Amino acid sequence: MTTAAERKPSVGEFILRTRAVGPALALVVAVALFSLTTRTFLNADNLSLVVQQSLVVGTLALGQTLVILTNGIDLANASIAVLATLIMAKMALGGGSAPVALVFGIVVAVAIGAISGGVVTGLRLPPFIVTLGMFTIVTAAARIYASGQSYPVSDPLLGWLGNRQYLFGRIEVTYGMGLALAMFLVAWYALTKTAWGRHVYAVGNDPEAARLSGIHVRRTVLSVYVVAGLVYGVAAWQALGRVPNADPNAYQLGNLDSITAVVLGGTSLFGGRGSVLGTLVGALIVAVLRSGLTQAGIDSLYQDVATGILVIVAVAVDRFARGRQA
Amino acid sequence: MTETPVLAARGLVKRYGRVTAMDGADFELLPGEILAVVGDNGAGKSTLIKALSGAVIPDGGQILVDGEPVRFHGPLDARRHGIETVYQTLALADAQDIAANLFLGRERRRGGLLGRVFRLLDSRGMRAEAERVLDELGIGIRSMQQPVETLSGGQRQAVAVARAAAFGTRVVIMDEPTAALGVAESAKVLDLIRRIRDRGLPVVLISHNMPQVFDIADRIHVHRLGRRVAVASPRTHTMNEVVGLLTGALRMAEDGTVEEARPTVPAGTPE
Amino acid sequence: MGRRGHVGLAARGLAVAAAGALALAAAGCTSQKVGGSDTAGGGGGKIKIGLVTKTDSNPYFVALRESAKAEADKQGAELIALAGKFDGDNDGQVTALENLIQQGAKAIMVTPSNSTGVINAIKQARDRGILVIALDTATDPENAVDATIATDNVEAGRLQGQYVRAALAGKDPHLIMLDGTPGSTVSEQRHNGFLQGIGLPAGDPRILGAEPTNGEQNKAQQATENLLQRNSEVNAVYNLNEPAARGAYAALQGKGLAGQVVIGAIDGGCQGVQDVKDGKTAVTVMQFPKKMAATGVDDAVEFAKTGKKPSGFTNTGAMVITDRPMPGIDSKDTAWGLQNCWG
Repeated sequence: MTTAAERKPSVGEFILRTRAVGPALALVVAVALFSLTTRTFLNADNLSLVVQQSLVVGTLALGQTLVILTNGIDLANASIAVLATLIMAKMALGGGSAPVALVFGIVVAVAIGAISGGVVTGLRLPPFIVTLGMFTIVTAAARIYASGQSYPVSDPLLGWLGNRQYLFGRIEVTYGMGLALAMFLVAWYALTKTAWGRHVYAVGNDPEAARLSGIHVRRTVLSVYVVAGLVYGVAAWQALGRVPNADPNAYQLGNLDSITAVVLGGTSLFGGRGSVLGTLVGALIVAVLRSGLTQAGIDSLYQDVATGILVIVAVAVDRFARGRQA
Repeated sequence: MTETPVLAARGLVKRYGRVTAMDGADFELLPGEILAVVGDNGAGKSTLIKALSGAVIPDGGQILVDGEPVRFHGPLDARRHGIETVYQTLALADAQDIAANLFLGRERRRGGLLGRVFRLLDSRGMRAEAERVLDELGIGIRSMQQPVETLSGGQRQAVAVARAAAFGTRVVIMDEPTAALGVAESAKVLDLIRRIRDRGLPVVLISHNMPQVFDIADRIHVHRLGRRVAVASPRTHTMNEVVGLLTGALRMAEDGTVEEARPTVPAGTPE
Repeated sequence: MGRRGHVGLAARGLAVAAAGALALAAAGCTSQKVGGSDTAGGGGGKIKIGLVTKTDSNPYFVALRESAKAEADKQGAELIALAGKFDGDNDGQVTALENLIQQGAKAIMVTPSNSTGVINAIKQARDRGILVIALDTATDPENAVDATIATDNVEAGRLQGQYVRAALAGKDPHLIMLDGTPGSTVSEQRHNGFLQGIGLPAGDPRILGAEPTNGEQNKAQQATENLLQRNSEVNAVYNLNEPAARGAYAALQGKGLAGQVVIGAIDGGCQGVQDVKDGKTAVTVMQFPKKMAATGVDDAVEFAKTGKKPSGFTNTGAMVITDRPMPGIDSKDTAWGLQNCWG
């Protein structure tokens, strides 16, 4: 019992545990590659743009990460956000107060999250099936509510996250970036520095072990879906900041895009391992790839090929790492 | 034997559909002893242990802690009474580190505003405490920040045992702690069990390994067909006698002597 | 344990770099083909033109893209073709526009997914002196771009409507309408144009039903099947495009009704014209995406060279293709159609 472990944790160990480091390295490599091969990629404007482009999917992916950490998956996340954008835009357009519209949109997102979580934990059904059903329902609900129209947003509060400021008179930042950064930091804190976070990991790692350790497994999972719903509500706000138009047809692939970001960020689809900071990096990788390949003059279909390859590589690496640990 | 048992059970019953896993099982654990629970596969040992640790709620019968009747609705209830269990699966979160596992489900927060409002965990304090507990039990793992999945089988077992020892104030229950281990690692775990007993904490040990049981146990609870059929002592009974008792070849008379069982084949064996 | 960690790191880094290099290499080849010569990245002194279509999947947009590439090749310009992932992917189009601006495109041609959704990004481009041309779909407001080169979709719908009315030869229409994506401008314009052409007010009871099909064959077939289930008195079907018309035909044929229903379509894809020739559909109204793309590229190159901006609406025209011409309606036969079709 005393052998083999009396060393300080090595650098390698640290990297394996801090799952965001691998993806961060990939991000650095991608940025370096595009900076060297194109003349237009590496400048403050473009880098700021890349971040803006990753905000909505990044925020969706933040909620997705929480769910995936519990060994779940949320196929309904983008449809929930789209419904929330429609609620916000339509209520404000009808002469309603924008703050009320904003809050109501977010509340609806939280409520749908709570329903998903309630069904998953209460009826013990697989999250894939439950959220697939919710995805279909919410998508239809959004179209019914929108009655086939899209709703332009001119209200300053609803579009507030798209506002720009210039740091050092040069670097363009939007309020949305600040909010997203704050949300990722809060989520990172909650997951790593509070008991709730440890329970989320434990539940995703081994629900039976968590139960026997005295963790309220169902309560924890339910709380994750509720928090995720809140995050999707904020993603809706981010979406209106980016494209001031609530469209029932938008973000049809947002669920898969968010899963892509989560996987590229090194979080395991098998639950219990991963980090939200990795997800942030994952979302940035997708945007960097899209931007960089465009700078390199490459058509969008081939950009998709590149992203797809990366996803498979990321999962393979995860499998490889897990296999070596078992 | 006039001491009040630390943990006792009277006539526990548990049925799963048509299968009876416990059929009026009794149990008694005395202060400061290592009590081995032995029985054939399917004798219902695990169900008994789960009932005592709160993981299974019995259909009938009574559980007593220090002579007082109690009801366990879950593992947390048993824990609140100072009863800690090391499950055969160990119930460790593999991806998390040793300190996190030791405190899983009962994390400590920092004091003051940071803890109350920001729910900040006292990670350093828990790490130090984990180190202290492991040291005290003579478990030589240096870094509390290693994920449990990087440990050997014996080390993982030690972490689970240390967790039980650290928080158990009345009883530590261990389900087959050496089943998955090699000889050297088994010996270390047995040492660990003795050290826990020597600290005054009684231990319930479920085991299949008869030499091991005779090596370490103070008394032996023999379980067969869902109930206790005998309590033997390693000092007054032989290994063959105990094996005979648990297979039903022998039976124990009221006065504690062991005799040939009448060759009746029991019908409807609960398996 | 320590070694294992290093392996994990190295494997991850290597694999990701390899995937990136692979993707670059794969895409680099095609980019050379597109550009005609030199490097994937630098581009040198070539005029860069961006094209942002609604999707990559619709054959109409593929035709648009291919002709734009061909024309760019001919003119010695570099064309970067980007697209949304699905009809309605506003965010994707905005991202594409932003990246093209960064890339240093001289001109951008865009078929805006949602007319109001991409206005801001278009404005950004124009503020930086980039020529923005709306292809195929007008923006709302129309003057958000420098110029629009498109089919007059109201006119295309009206032509289909007029033909269907003539083909019914005085019979009262019982009409099924198969629309595009809900909320799409093109879908609305064609729909309204058709009603004008056939002479029915919106909401008329002779319109048995109108269903969104997103312009997809299987959705159109399903929608028609369901509408027929409710009422099989149909004698005319309006279709937003040719895939929808094929779906409608399949559903009608399944019910044995195909022969007695006038099916109209819009697009002028080669398969659509063939369908007219085979008698599956009565008529299709041909659009000219090749002309659209070529005109756009020519305008872009002209702008890059001389700074002359095109303006206003360029109608690339619409032509009725049928083998049963109706008096008073200008049309061409399918032989002409097959020579001039796209995709």
